[in-house]
Amino acid sequence: MSKPSDLVQGTLDLLVLKILALQPLNGWAISQRLKQISGEVLQVSDGSLYPALHKLEQEGWITAEWKPSENNRRAKFYSLTRLGRKHLAKETANWDRLSAAISTIVKLKEA
Amino acid sequence: MRFEHWFYTVPLRIRSLFRRGQADRELREEIRDHLEQQIERNLAGGMPPEEARYSALRSLGGTTQIEEQCREKRRVNYIQDFFQDLRYGLRQLRRSPGFSILAVLCLTLGIGANAAAFSWIEGILLRPFPGVAHQERLVAISGTKFGNDTKNIESGYTNLSWPDWLDFQRSCTLFDSFIVSRIMGTTLSVGERAENVSGSVVSANYFEALGVHPVLGRGFEPAEDFGRNAHPVTVISYWMWQQRFHGDPRVLGRAQLLNAVPHTIIGVAPEGFYGTFVGYPIGFWVPSSMQETFVPGGYKLEDRSGLWIEGYARLKPGVSIEQAQQQISVVAKRLESDYFSTNRGRGVKLFSLAETPFSQAGNLRPTLQITLAVVFLVLLIACANVSSLLLVRSLARRHEMTVRLAVGARRGRLVKQMLTEGLILSTLAAAGGLVLAYWCRNALVTVFSPGAGATVRLRGEMDWRVFVFSASVCVVSTLLFGLVPAMQTSKADLSGALKAESTTALGGRGKSRVRSGLVLAQVSLSFILVVGAVLLLQSLQRIRTADPGFSADNVLASGVNLVSAGYDPQRAKTFQDALIDRVQTLAGVESVALARVRPFSYLPYFSAAIAVDGYTPSPDEQPEAEYNQVGPGYFTTMGIPLLSGREFTRADNESAPLVAIVNEKMVAQYWHGENPVGRRLLVKGQTMRVIGVAKLAKYSSFGEAPRPFFYVPLRQDFSKGLGLMIRTSQDPGTMAAALAHEVRALDPNLAPSEVITMRQYILRSALSSQQIAVTLLTIFGGLALLLAAVGLYGVMSFAVSQSTRELALRMALGARGSEVLRLVMSHGFALTVGGVALGAVAALALTQLIGNLLYKVNPHDPLAFGCAFLVMMIVSLAACFLPAWRASRIDPILALKE
Repeated sequence: MSKPSDLVQGTLDLLVLKILALQPLNGWAISQRLKQISGEVLQVSDGSLYPALHKLEQEGWITAEWKPSENNRRAKFYSLTRLGRKHLAKETANWDRLSAAISTIVKLKEA
Repeated sequence: MRFEHWFYTVPLRIRSLFRRGQADRELREEIRDHLEQQIERNLAGGMPPEEARYSALRSLGGTTQIEEQCREKRRVNYIQDFFQDLRYGLRQLRRSPGFSILAVLCLTLGIGANAAAFSWIEGILLRPFPGVAHQERLVAISGTKFGNDTKNIESGYTNLSWPDWLDFQRSCTLFDSFIVSRIMGTTLSVGERAENVSGSVVSANYFEALGVHPVLGRGFEPAEDFGRNAHPVTVISYWMWQQRFHGDPRVLGRAQLLNAVPHTIIGVAPEGFYGTFVGYPIGFWVPSSMQETFVPGGYKLEDRSGLWIEGYARLKPGVSIEQAQQQISVVAKRLESDYFSTNRGRGVKLFSLAETPFSQAGNLRPTLQITLAVVFLVLLIACANVSSLLLVRSLARRHEMTVRLAVGARRGRLVKQMLTEGLILSTLAAAGGLVLAYWCRNALVTVFSPGAGATVRLRGEMDWRVFVFSASVCVVSTLLFGLVPAMQTSKADLSGALKAESTTALGGRGKSRVRSGLVLAQVSLSFILVVGAVLLLQSLQRIRTADPGFSADNVLASGVNLVSAGYDPQRAKTFQDALIDRVQTLAGVESVALARVRPFSYLPYFSAAIAVDGYTPSPDEQPEAEYNQVGPGYFTTMGIPLLSGREFTRADNESAPLVAIVNEKMVAQYWHGENPVGRRLLVKGQTMRVIGVAKLAKYSSFGEAPRPFFYVPLRQDFSKGLGLMIRTSQDPGTMAAALAHEVRALDPNLAPSEVITMRQYILRSALSSQQIAVTLLTIFGGLALLLAAVGLYGVMSFAVSQSTRELALRMALGARGSEVLRLVMSHGFALTVGGVALGAVAALALTQLIGNLLYKVNPHDPLAFGCAFLVMMIVSLAACFLPAWRASRIDPILALKE
């Protein structure tokens, strides 16, 4: 239920888009992937994942498809759209700029 | 980019809206799928089954909330909520039909009045000419004279001359076309029936420039503008074709007598086209070359000083009226220097159609503007009423709202729900209002009293603009009446509301204060309207008894149209003399006289350039004055006193020296107040001898400023059209019969026009716009009073019903019924007095706006304010009495037991 207030606004979107850029996955697999990659640093609750996925879908950045999963159950697989790819590229660039700027500032402070 | 975005999102939105069930099912399945996989993982990790399940649920959080959050991401929930609210609202309204019907009725009156007023403005001022394309690019053109007060339409604007018109057409590049459209009237006889019909002398480009295509035959050809009386052809209107020619297609080529000249019918205008004159429907059109036959004053197509043209121009797309004005003014200036003798001091002014100075538009505009303001006040009152109805109902629904808040509904959501219910009410009302407006589209004609026999066309136009206007009125009023109750409701105090129903005292806190405020607003708004209505009624009364400067009560007016009958001047003179001699001998007739124009007629006076010995005009001033051609005995008959000199006699004829009688104002302006009798007056280059000075009178309207005016003998400036004035103590009916007999004895083909007293005659023209304003304001003022009374009654009876306990307690403790009655009444009166005080302050500022409609009435007239106060007190007495009486009859024992 808790919102990822500890995550920088929009970061969850960026992470999900990045994960999906590698391969189409279903919701549960995405949540596992998130835990795997970010470990304990970023605490993403499963509860906030689904609204985020639905938002990305409504924006037209990802699209969903019902397919059988590994254990032969029907599951909803998400994949990146062309629009999503563009958006990801833009957001990644933004992120790079932002993080570079922040780390510069942070280092300045320490010096 | 945007498009690609839609490519993905639009199908998703559609799916969310229309396949909601499936979307929800899939959402549930997705969440369940997640849970199951997590449980499997947990089991595989060695957890016991129960623990595996709980751990999975814990890590996910509440599934219902997640589903709701996901649904919110679909971006269509406001639509879904709206439909949900709509269904719910409709159910609520069905449940309390009394409330719903009352609220819808109030709003229907409010919105309907607005829709009707706007449709009148649309049909009379903004787009007055049905069937004409792009009316927003049409402007009306008038001439101006130097030194005239341009605010005074009656004397400030002149017609234009044909040569000037052609020059404007040639030199002005910002204009698409110039259209002559000069109204005139004639008697049209087809078969047995003769009647007065309005026609227009128009330029040959008329139909083409307006984009109006005859349904039968053709419009005019360019050549038909030229040659003195060379093209007797006419295009008739569709309604004329249907009514008088029974839609006969063989009407083309037929000859029709118009003003005694046979005209060939060459075309029929399309259905729904009524010409280009606000007020009168045009029956037929003739080209400019026929000007002499229809416009009094002779042949003017080669005369730059002959002013007869009223007309319009169409601007090129994108050209503003200011740019166009600039260009045409430059051309007018050039014409002034090129043709100094005729054009000195003349200019041109463009008007939007709504300000057209030569049609009824100019007369009606102030009235219609005030009407729009008034109906807006009525709408406010109706909204206040519905608002307070909603507040009462919100008390009844307090329990429902509290429960909804308690189970977690957000306040914004409740406000949305309440506003949706309001929107249902106002949408129903807007539909009803449009029907109302449609019924009323012809209502103005019934209060507009024209001269006898003239057909009037003043019709509201129901086009898409009226619909858009009504829709926005509907939304605005929803916010007006819905927002306060909605906020109040959503503010429900949870803990307080869950306690027992509290009994508020009279005039207590919270909601009842809001309701009192609404009543205050209603009373003050209706007070404003009542003051306005009383002021106009006073003004109407003043006009009815006003002194026009001639005796109006024992002079009868009539006329005989010799122009339509085809008389030549000599025959007309013989006829006129014979008729005067015959009428003179009738029983009861003191005197009788002829005049070209009767005072207060819709016919314009001629105007002429004048020069006076000893008066030097400023360099760009061209002294001018209007004049009338009158017969011998005119001043005696009309009762206009002569201050010096003598009256015209039969000896002042064609062969006698030219003479004139001038009015006081002329003496003051041009002879510096010295007696001018015996002096020279130059009129259009002709020398006249002044033989008398007449007392100032009103010439066209009661509101006009004193102006220079003179009279010349009818015989020395002859006109066939004639008005007949008879000074007599006989009543009009007796005189009509006698007059008809005499006219027929002279020529069996002629009949006199309606015989009425001069008083009736001037009231017709003086009162038309006043009458409309008074009628409308009385109707809407009455409506407002009724609504305010209903509002006051509602508030009072509700307050009484809410405080039954308190009142019963007072009575149990010894208060008498009469004391309770007084208590309740005094509360109602306090509200009324407060409202009146507020209204009076507003009215002091607002009545200024109708100042120009008032004749000799101060907009702050204390009598009017007093009357309005009295009316409000009586109405509030009536509205409060029943609730107060009911309160005084409360049985304390029964009431306290409950």
